[in-house]
Amino acid sequence: MAKIELRGVAKRWGEVTAVEPTGLTIGDGEFVAILGPSGCGKSTTLFMLAGIYTPSDGDILFDGQRVNDVEARDRNVGIVFQSYALYPNMTVRDNILFPLRFKNVDKAAAARRAEDAARLVQVHELMDRRPGQLSGGQQQRVALARALIKEPQLLLLDEPLSNLDASLRLTMRSEIRALQRKLGVTTLLVTHDQIEATTMADRVICMSRGRIEQVGTADDLYHRPNSIFVAGFIGSPPINLLSCGISAGTMEVGQAKLRATGGEGACVLGVRPESVILGDGPFRGRVGDLEPHGRETIYHLETPLGPVRALEAGAKSRFRVGDELSFALSSTLVFDARSTRRIDGAGAQTPA
Amino acid sequence: MRYANASARQGVDRILFLGPATLLLFSFFVLPVVVDIGIAFTDMSRNLKVSGVTVENVERMFGGDSRLASVMLVTLGYVLGTLAIFNVTYGLLLALMTTSLPDRMGAFFRAIWFLPRMSPSVVYALLWGWVVAPTDYGLLNQTIGAFGISPLDLKSSAPMLVIILANGFIGASFGMIIFTSAIRSIPQHLFHAARVDGAGGLAIVWHITLPAIRWQLSFVTIYQALALLVSFEYIWLITNGGPFYDTTVYALYVYRRAFENGQYAYGAALSLGLVAVGTIVSLVLWRFFDMKALLQRPRIEVS
Repeated sequence: MAKIELRGVAKRWGEVTAVEPTGLTIGDGEFVAILGPSGCGKSTTLFMLAGIYTPSDGDILFDGQRVNDVEARDRNVGIVFQSYALYPNMTVRDNILFPLRFKNVDKAAAARRAEDAARLVQVHELMDRRPGQLSGGQQQRVALARALIKEPQLLLLDEPLSNLDASLRLTMRSEIRALQRKLGVTTLLVTHDQIEATTMADRVICMSRGRIEQVGTADDLYHRPNSIFVAGFIGSPPINLLSCGISAGTMEVGQAKLRATGGEGACVLGVRPESVILGDGPFRGRVGDLEPHGRETIYHLETPLGPVRALEAGAKSRFRVGDELSFALSSTLVFDARSTRRIDGAGAQTPA
Repeated sequence: MRYANASARQGVDRILFLGPATLLLFSFFVLPVVVDIGIAFTDMSRNLKVSGVTVENVERMFGGDSRLASVMLVTLGYVLGTLAIFNVTYGLLLALMTTSLPDRMGAFFRAIWFLPRMSPSVVYALLWGWVVAPTDYGLLNQTIGAFGISPLDLKSSAPMLVIILANGFIGASFGMIIFTSAIRSIPQHLFHAARVDGAGGLAIVWHITLPAIRWQLSFVTIYQALALLVSFEYIWLITNGGPFYDTTVYALYVYRRAFENGQYAYGAALSLGLVAVGTIVSLVLWRFFDMKALLQRPRIEVS
């Protein structure tokens, strides 16, 4: 296990900057997720930690030791790729044993460790099969066993669940999480799936365009997003973002005027769909469209504020398309339109 | 009525589409083989007169021709040598090295190795003639002369080496191109995984690259073995099959018997023998490389 540090680490490919200078610390035994849309530099960061890419700038430290020039094979990291990257010509056993070939482990001990690793992820009955004969989930487990057999000081997971079907993803999510707790291995997960990041990791790093937008717990990112990007990226259905202007405590948004606490000038009002409380309140709206999702309904409302998405729990939808209704706002976020940063303590829930 | 028309139309289409190729195939492959078989069992010579049917030529091949055994040996040495050293091994090395270089540099070196194949064979052979020319002015002798080594006459002292080099320099590029594209098609993440798993360069080649390009290795070996078996133009142009019969491979022997000695019928019989040898070699290699299994579709698709 190791404490991982990135100090001003950047990666450029010619003119293109994939990762801006980035500082980051992952504690010993911590499970951290990097979350971001594709092309945000999250996989590049992971590959730099693995030693597959060399940083253009900055230092990578494992337990205080600079490892920039240490080869991938000498870093003792385990990695699970999105495509699993199992060696197609080898059996499951040989795949799992592969990392031990290059360490001085005697045959009997190696076989025992392979058996243990396979048992850990429940593929011990498939040892003589080849990857082509396994399902996606089984391949995924084999890839995990291969990554874990050498007892890595850092486990890297690159979109490990995105090739699995939905129900399997759910089980693997909790299994990987439980495994990580049991082994206490420092783990970095890279994903574009916010549920994966927030449910599995202790801490989530939200990245966009090669830059870290915010580091925090799932709760931080959801309720206290630093920027419009984080607010928009986290949460499904996504947050309502409405352009507005604030002057002297009054917010103008669409045709409505709200009383604002904090903020001045061009701003963006952020309202989570579940913060729109339907049925009663100071605002009027009309149901333009609705999507029943079984447990909940998403309403697309036409309101004086502009188009607003609202989420209401409950198996039955209370309103129909065309219904006029009243609603209230339970909590709101306000961002500065220029800097896109959130204005701390600012909000607007009531009409002016 | 419409249906009758449609089927007639289909017949015409068939002839239009298949006709030209069938005609070409028939006149340049089937017909010559038939003619060759016919001539092999006659006593035709330079005057093209046939006096009767005979199995003399076949008998001569199986015992009467004292030279044939040594020709077979020369052929074996030439094919195996060129194949093992250049067409497969060196082609593979070139592919491995040029794919591990930055893209442009790799392409540059591949282009250089491709030049011999693009130059006309007579020009290429002439160049080799100059390289190994026994006088002081040969490129090789000029070069070693600079180090004070006395001139060599490779064409007479090591003729086999010369023809293997000359053919190998061309042959290597075929394997190089096939292997390069095969290596390129191996998913990058496999190499990444192997590096993280602790494999060094050689271990990656052995465990990842070679298994992935097994099919191409087998294909190049079989294809090039057959190509080498029937090719003789560079040998003919560089050494004339000499000195004496030292570099006369089977295909060249057929040519020399038929057109140098005017024994058309015996040449025809010998070339039938070459067809038999080629068939046997390809069948043996097919078996050896288990091509049937390699050509089958995978039973389970891997995403």
